[in-house]
Amino acid sequence: MVTRSFQEEYVKILRDYLSAQGEDQLYGAQQLGKWMLSRDISPEEITDLHARALEQLGEVPEFVRSSFSILTEVMIEYGNEHRSVNSWRNRHQQMESEIAVAKAMQQSLLPSEVPVYPELEIGVVSIAAKQISGDYYDFIGQNEGRFGVAIADITGKGMPAAMCMSMVKYAIDSLGQMELGPDEMLHHLNRIVGRNIDPSMFVTMLFGSYDSKEHCFRYATAGHEPGFLYRSAEGKFYDLEGRGNALGLCPNSEYEVQEIRLEINDVLILLTDGVTECKNNRYYLQREELVHHLQKEVGESAQKMANGLYNRLLLLSQFDLLDDYTMIVLRRT
Amino acid sequence: MVVADFSPETINIEQESDIVTARQVGRNMSKQFGFGTITQSRIATSISELARNIYLYAGTGTITISPIEREGMIGLQITANDSGPGIPDIRQALDDGYSTSGALGAGLPGVRRMMDEFEIHSTLGEGTRVVVVKWSDQAKEE
Repeated sequence: MVTRSFQEEYVKILRDYLSAQGEDQLYGAQQLGKWMLSRDISPEEITDLHARALEQLGEVPEFVRSSFSILTEVMIEYGNEHRSVNSWRNRHQQMESEIAVAKAMQQSLLPSEVPVYPELEIGVVSIAAKQISGDYYDFIGQNEGRFGVAIADITGKGMPAAMCMSMVKYAIDSLGQMELGPDEMLHHLNRIVGRNIDPSMFVTMLFGSYDSKEHCFRYATAGHEPGFLYRSAEGKFYDLEGRGNALGLCPNSEYEVQEIRLEINDVLILLTDGVTECKNNRYYLQREELVHHLQKEVGESAQKMANGLYNRLLLLSQFDLLDDYTMIVLRRT
Repeated sequence: MVVADFSPETINIEQESDIVTARQVGRNMSKQFGFGTITQSRIATSISELARNIYLYAGTGTITISPIEREGMIGLQITANDSGPGIPDIRQALDDGYSTSGALGAGLPGVRRMMDEFEIHSTLGEGTRVVVVKWSDQAKEE
């Protein structure tokens, strides 16, 4: 193919095949087909190529010669489809690269590292089900050994969720300056989200403030999946209490503060519904089953625990993540 | 080749057999122009699509096939004219996803790819005008 044109190659394969009818010529034809496809040679051109190759090999009966007009005419439609698919492919690649940029931008909205405090471990696993995630989490530095932690799930996935996420991020950033209590934080966020997103969307969130000296966690929730508290002394998991409307649903929602004190080896687990809605074959995982899996990870460091649970659930769901998945583990040491 | 030897032909599209006539005129002319067999068929197919849009959606209209020359190049120009309903969204009609819909304007993306130049003007309620050109590889004879 390097030394002669594909037209000559085609004639040669055809000539050899007509005299010997061997499988090797058929193999050669298949390889040539791949090559022609890679060069975007259209079906109608190949029809024509075949007609001309026949002329070179012998006396072509008139009815055979004429029949190629019909074949060419039909192949033109296939050619149009072929060209159209190519243009779709190009457009698809362009969209893929736009999504990759969006994904990188979204990644930059999430914290690149977890805060470090004495006697406290923090572990995070956050995985997007598709390219763009609807889960958001952040750590916000506060005064006197305290830090804020937000975990949120934006309804829907993909681009709309990502755009909404950037708004939530900037709102938290600016409200963070004001050192608000968790209930006030959600109250303000609710107003901002309500005004700025499509009425069909909403955001569920848990916002908390952890005091690393007292190991006291004060938080409020807005329609968010309750997390878990592990009491080491009892060896038991408890649901985190809390209720309040999701952000963006109703303008005057009020939120209440809950307070928990962590003893040594107690663990706080904050999550999004991607964790609890993991599917085991056709069945959604029950909360009790989730606790059962969590139990097996107790005693590990916070990050190991988060990783371990993610791996277990991924295996359970046969590596098919249906929803964005985020888990934050805080462990007092 | 001297372009002046060929005179433009206009075919009235009123019934389905007129589509065949238009194809035939286009094929003959492209043959005389020295276009290869595939290009002949592509020109005929393009005429077919344009004429069919007229026949199916505008009812009546014309296809004009004329030789043109520009900057030393010679080619065939096909103009489709109708006073039909017009195409509401030209961008959509030229989108590949639309081409299989069978609706008005379907087939235009294919025509655009088969030809070298493509121009469309459409006004709702007034009609549509499509002008396409296929250039010949042969240069004009001076």
